[in-house]
Amino acid sequence: MTDEMMNIPAEKFKFTHEHVKLGDKKLQTKPISYLHDAWNRFAKNKSSIVGMVIILLLLLFSFFAPLFSNYSVSDTNLYYQNVAPKISAHATGGFWDGSRKVSTGAASYYYNLAMGVESGRETVTKLYSIEETSDGTTLYTYRQDTYNAVGYEFLNLTEDAYKALQEYQNETGIQVIYPMPITTAQGSGKVMYDVNDANYWYRTYLTGSHRGEPVLDEDGNFQTIYRTSGTDNYNSLRIDGDPGKTDPEASDRYRYALINQTGYRVRVCYYDYYIYLNGFEPCYLFGANASGQDLFVCVASGTRFSFFLAICVAAINLLIGAVYGSIEGFYGGKIDLIMERISDIMSGIPFMVVAILFNMHLAATVGTVGALIFAFVLTGWIGTASTVRMQFYRFKKQEYVLAARTLGARDRRLIVKHIFPNALGTIITSAALYIPSVILSETSLTYLGIISLDNPANGLTSLGTLLSAGQASLSNYPHIILFPALVIALLMISFNLFGNGLRDAFNPSLRGSDS
Amino acid sequence: MLKYVIKRLLLAVLTLFIILSLCFIFIKMLPLPVVNGSTEMVELIEARREAMGYYKPILEQFFLFWGRIFTSFDWGYGEQIYQMQSVTDIIAGKLPATIAVNLYSLILSIPIGLLLGIYAAVKKNKWQDHTISTLVMVFVSVPSFVYAFLIQYLLCYRLGWFPLLASTDTNYLAPEVVWSLMPAIFSLAFGSIAGFTRYTRAELSEVLTSEYMLLARAKGLTRRQATIRHALRNAMVVIFPMILGEFISILSGSLIIESIFSIPGIGSLYVTSITSLDYNFFMAISAFYTAVGLAAGIVIDLSYGLIDPRIRMGVK
Repeated sequence: MTDEMMNIPAEKFKFTHEHVKLGDKKLQTKPISYLHDAWNRFAKNKSSIVGMVIILLLLLFSFFAPLFSNYSVSDTNLYYQNVAPKISAHATGGFWDGSRKVSTGAASYYYNLAMGVESGRETVTKLYSIEETSDGTTLYTYRQDTYNAVGYEFLNLTEDAYKALQEYQNETGIQVIYPMPITTAQGSGKVMYDVNDANYWYRTYLTGSHRGEPVLDEDGNFQTIYRTSGTDNYNSLRIDGDPGKTDPEASDRYRYALINQTGYRVRVCYYDYYIYLNGFEPCYLFGANASGQDLFVCVASGTRFSFFLAICVAAINLLIGAVYGSIEGFYGGKIDLIMERISDIMSGIPFMVVAILFNMHLAATVGTVGALIFAFVLTGWIGTASTVRMQFYRFKKQEYVLAARTLGARDRRLIVKHIFPNALGTIITSAALYIPSVILSETSLTYLGIISLDNPANGLTSLGTLLSAGQASLSNYPHIILFPALVIALLMISFNLFGNGLRDAFNPSLRGSDS
Repeated sequence: MLKYVIKRLLLAVLTLFIILSLCFIFIKMLPLPVVNGSTEMVELIEARREAMGYYKPILEQFFLFWGRIFTSFDWGYGEQIYQMQSVTDIIAGKLPATIAVNLYSLILSIPIGLLLGIYAAVKKNKWQDHTISTLVMVFVSVPSFVYAFLIQYLLCYRLGWFPLLASTDTNYLAPEVVWSLMPAIFSLAFGSIAGFTRYTRAELSEVLTSEYMLLARAKGLTRRQATIRHALRNAMVVIFPMILGEFISILSGSLIIESIFSIPGIGSLYVTSITSLDYNFFMAISAFYTAVGLAAGIVIDLSYGLIDPRIRMGVK
């Protein structure tokens, strides 16, 4: 029998099912892939969709905000330091209109009030109350328009610039140049409190308890101290009350410029002068900070940087963690033991120490951002590596892996094709939950000033720096800290919602385990 | 068990040694910063540097460094800040402030967090649970310094309930000092209350659905009895180690909160040492933070075995 069985001639063999296609039964419904399945579960979770939408909005904001702003991070305007947020150039109503509530003494109140008299650009938009304080002074509480509060400025113009400005006035009918006040004592008590401040165009007390306050006439009006002598080569708009308005040849008409060696010293209403220079009205959507930067573009730039850094770091760490964890988990044994010890030791290093050391050593060669990325990468991959390792331990002993190995699959194919996809879900989840922690660390480091990323020249700033600048003037200008803090809080909440949603979608069994 | 503890301790010490050695070498590779201050002080510090061997080769310095630490626990002297004062003394002097703030915030947040978590778990999937869970989500995510700004602006500046900055008095039991620390304590507590609530709720709601809870109810215990005697105890197996870990980490404190409210603690000392390039303080505080982190890990792992005898440590 054995002989016969062993020596069957080849032609006796016959193909069966030669024309029949063998294979699994065709699926009746459309197959759902792993990712599609996860997406279906994710889409059912309302809070994570909200998180995703907020992330997308913040991304859009961070990239497109500079397009909607007249300013860039490198623009600083020291006249508009700390101005309040203003939603549009003509906003009024006490909310988001560039004004703030202040309480000051009489001198400061009248100083602000006087700014609106000549140009009609009112600085005091609303008077809330006048109170007598216990020490005998009067406390005025009013709403101050921070944009108009710059008031008037003395400028030195060349003859051409002076003429061009007059021409602009004649064409548009908008008055920019206002009459010069006297700078030295002239006549009876016509004195100016501060000769370098262009906002004093009215008589003030120089001494006594009313120091700095205006000397009002019987009707309670300001008394002007305009200069009337000298020549000014001025042939343009004149303010009300100027004798030159009706009679251009009047001898006591107001003077609009002082001629000196360099040209013309004039007094301009800064708001209108700004429009003349830039062609648009000053309007800072999120207000400006202490260096006069537009917070809207600064916050956008900081957010963009946070996104960039976090996504970069997360991608690098996932890659390293996946490779490291795969090797650890797949080979096990001694390799695993040694690699685990290494990562154990590394995980003991506090991040702060790494960040500081790397910043000290590498900032000069690879830049601060480079050093920061290296610091995040040094210990950041350990978490991913250990989750990947766990997944490998779970799956490497399964029958399908044995089957693949029997069919001749090599280690690399087993790792990449057969086992690794099982870890994909956990990796994506850990990435989404890792990103906010990177943003938080980066913000903390820049807030504390341990790492300084700011470089206005190339438009780089970070939320942490904005926060620390805002904290310095928290009590007077809370808007400076409000917007960066709001963005940080939104980023954190939305990434956590998003990450939790992803975790539930990829691991339905863990649903709600710690949320 | 004992073998496991010893093994863990030795590993931790080895880790600490390696990390600090690396740290030391990295620091020594940087140029020695120029000392600022009065001429006599600069000369004094230069002499001290010479005596401590700061100008010798790095390898030699390495052995000197560890030698000093092992023989007299000498971490050097302040060079830029607290000049010529012992680093360990200054750190020991700063510790109480850090511990006080964090301890108070922990004392505040543990009961509130546990109670909220228990309440949410008992009312699972009712509106109370949803409200608590949503708030927890928000409070866990928002960084503590955002609360700090809010608290500083609203409670300290607008309402004037608390002073803007912490008191410099070192009697941390005096009511007015505690009052001045309150803003910092609140800022830290928000996050940890949310953390405790989330953890307690997750653990307890898992335990509440287990079969022995059904048995407890079946044998006639009221819901309250069953929850307190059976569910809570078992949930504590996981919650307690977490609380213990938090207690260890009160030592390290929060860099940001301390600098916002100018609390004279370790965190703000660390930040100053970095910005003023005082490497001795930097090394010592880094060592302290690393040690605290490692210790917290060991204590958490060991406490699992202590609170629940079923969990045997070091058994494969």
